[in-house]
Formats: sequence, structure tokens, C-alpha cells
Amino acid sequence: MEKEIYREKVKRASPNSPLLKNCLWAFCVGGAICLLGEALFTLYSYLGADEKLAPTLVSVTLIVLTAALTGIGVFDRIAKHAGAGTMVPITGFANSVVSPAVEFVTEGRVTGTAVRMFTIAGPVIVYGCSAASLYGLIYYCFLRG
Amino acid sequence: MKKLGKYTYIFENAPVILSGAGSVGKTEGEGPLAYEFDFINENDGIGSATWEKAEASLVRQAVTLAIDKAGLHPSEIDVAFAGDLLNQCTASTFGFRELQIPLAGLFGACSTFALALFMAALFVDGGYASHALAEASSHFCSAEKQFRMPLEYGGQRSQTAQRTVTGAGACVIGSRGSGPRIVRGSVGRITDMDVSDPANMGAAMAPAAASTIGEYLLDTKTVPEDYDLILTGDLGSVGAALLRDVLKSDYDTDLGRVYDDCGLMIFDPKKQDVHAGGSGCGCSASVFSTRILRELTAGKLRRVLFAGTGALMSPLTSLQGESIPCICHAVELTGGERR
Repeated sequence: MEKEIYREKVKRASPNSPLLKNCLWAFCVGGAICLLGEALFTLYSYLGADEKLAPTLVSVTLIVLTAALTGIGVFDRIAKHAGAGTMVPITGFANSVVSPAVEFVTEGRVTGTAVRMFTIAGPVIVYGCSAASLYGLIYYCFLRG
Repeated sequence: MKKLGKYTYIFENAPVILSGAGSVGKTEGEGPLAYEFDFINENDGIGSATWEKAEASLVRQAVTLAIDKAGLHPSEIDVAFAGDLLNQCTASTFGFRELQIPLAGLFGACSTFALALFMAALFVDGGYASHALAEASSHFCSAEKQFRMPLEYGGQRSQTAQRTVTGAGACVIGSRGSGPRIVRGSVGRITDMDVSDPANMGAAMAPAAASTIGEYLLDTKTVPEDYDLILTGDLGSVGAALLRDVLKSDYDTDLGRVYDDCGLMIFDPKKQDVHAGGSGCGCSASVFSTRILRELTAGKLRRVLFAGTGALMSPLTSLQGESIPCICHAVELTGGERR
């Protein structure tokens, strides 16, 4: 059989991901996480945090919560359904750091956990910082008023 | 030469499968074949500190029980052929560490068990071993760790992905005795149809299965209806459908109702969240060494073609953008006494 023909057959035989269902889950769970963030923001503001401190506290709370849920093996079960809903907010980033840290602890705290911790999040940090530097350069050269 | 046609080897002395044993994890123990397995471990850790050790424990469970069932002592096994999915055949090496059995490690990805049966039969048939052992294993957690994402990573799996089976299967093959016999076999060729998605291994492996099964039928001048069962391990639902398709267009062969796949037998896709079915060396090894062997022994199955399929990529080659080279090895078995 020709490779081209086979490629078409594979495409037809392979079921797609349930797009609508995934979108609805992502919308609801992602929205719920944002709602939780807002509630935390209101709470921290009420407790006396100023406008700069409150958002930081919200981020820290969501990261700690995700790390704890990842550690006890609950986060991946939620994320299985939620998909982008848990991946896009800061929760996805926290999970991508904590999950390899937990997985590779059997290879040692240094050679396992520390080395592998950023295998998934690393590229985000590398290209995030690169993009920020480039933006900074452009801003410095052309847009500085 | 003890060869038939282009690719088929004849085992003139028809080595006997004296015994078999299968050991699996929790999810497999909740599937439709639960009552077939010899060991169902309550958790996938199997009391071990690492997933690799857990898989080695599965290997030990299956191997020692298979030898026990054959009424033998490990020292009476002349040679063992064993393999798994992990780098450097980790689970097999560590599982056999204390057994002092001459060991030849194999790698054929999910086709390993069929290859191990072939090699064991070859050694017994040639008179190089009175008793040879074939074994293969895989573990969901150790495979995820090596090939995919950390277990606790929150991602979604593709609908075409298969779940690596936590399990091991072992068979003891002897030159004398009663039981199912291995009468012929075929070593596969690398087949690569440019499928590069590691989450769709069934589609990558189906053409390899079609090539080996198609050529086997040509060599032996048989048709699917001559067999009670043509069994692949493990194409899953996507690969199984594609195999039928490719066999039809390339070999004008209809598998009809005699075809099944170990990856479709071990889980219940409606009740269990396994997407396209099971995979991994341990899938066909544990299904063959229990259910299939029992039915062959009982005479319920009298002629079986078992074709193990393997996707031979590594995480490295996938990252380098390579497509997935696949292979399929086959052995033919006859049930009960020698015909």
C-alpha cells in the first residue's frame, strides 16, 4: 500500500478528541479557577493586603494548592477532564514542575528531583525569558519615550 | 533447510508449551480477563520502592510460577529469553537476578513475547535445550516514566493512545510432554509507513502485522479460516481495524471472525478508561500465557497464529522527528496433542 493512501486511512480510522466536551470542561474548570482567584483576591484585600501584595498572594495560594493536589495524586484526575482548563492558568505551570519532581525522587534528591524538575516547565521559562528580553530591547530602542 | 517459503521456519520436533503463568496489576485485574490471571497485584507498586523494581517483581512472579507449574526447578531451565520496554532490559535483568538461569535479553517492544516464544521453540527444536523459558513484561508506571509524562502530570491523552499493561507472562517450553505445540514461526521485517505519532502506535504497527501475517499465509498456503484464532498483540482498536484494511488491499485476505487482539481482550473499553486498548510487552505475554494457553490445552482452540507487534521507536528518535519503525513476529500453535 502506498504511504499516501495509508496516511489517509489512518486519519479516517483514528477517532478525534471530543472537542466540544473538552472545550466545555476547560471553560467551566478554567472559569472556576479564575473565580477562586477572584475570591482569594477579595479575601486578601479584605484582610489588608494592598493591590500589589494581594495578586501575589493569590498566585502563591494557587501554586501551593496545585502542588498539594499533585502530591496526593488528585490533580491529574481533575486535569484529565479539565484539559486546558487546568493547564492554562498558573495551576498548569505548578503541576508541570511538581509532577516530575515527585516522579524522579527515586533517582535521588539532586540527580532525580532537582535535575528533572524543569524538564516540562524549562522550555516555557527559556522562551518566556527570551521573549521578555527581546521585548525589552525593542522597547528600549524604539518605544522609550 | 527447515524453512518454508520466504520467511517461515518449521519446528520439526514441535516443541511443547509445558506451562504458562501471568501476573498483572490492579487495572488489568479489574478487566474482563481477571479470572484468567494467576496473580493480581492489589497495587501497582507491588511493595517495591521503585516502578522498575515493581516490574522486576512481576517478572519473578510469572517466571517462578510457570517453572513451578511445569514441575521443574529453575536449575532445570537451560535458557530463558526475556524482554521488556525499559532501557537495557531493566525489568528482565533485575527480575532474573537471583534465578541463575542462562538468560538472553530481547528487545522487540510489544512483540517481545512472540519473539521470545519463537527463540525458545528454536532452541528446544534444535536440541540445544530440553527446557526453555519465554517471558516478557511491562508496567504502566515505568513505561510512562520512560516514554511519556510523569504520572502526576495533568494532561489529556489522545483517543488513539493505548494503555501500557502492567503485567508479565511466562511460558516453559519443553522437548517432551503433552500440551500445545509450537509448529512454525516467522521473524518479521521492519515496516515503516511514515506514521510518526507515538500516541497512535496501533496505526504504526498495523502494516507490520499485515506484512508478517500476509506472507505467513502465503508461505504456508493457508487462509484465515484454517485457524481457530489469529491473534495480534497489541494493535488496539485503531490498529486492528487498519490491519484488516491493509490485509485486504495488499494480500486480498479477509480476517473474518477468527481475528482478535490481546490489547482489545485485556480491558473493557466501555468501563475502563483505556482509550484504544492495551499495549506493552506484558499485554500479549499475560494474555497468551493464561487465557490462550488454557484454551489451547483444553482443545478449545486447535490452531492459532499468534503475531506479536512492536513499535520500535525511542523517546529520542521521536523527538528527532523520525517515523516509527515497526515489526511483527509470529508463531503458529496447535492445541492439545500433536496432530
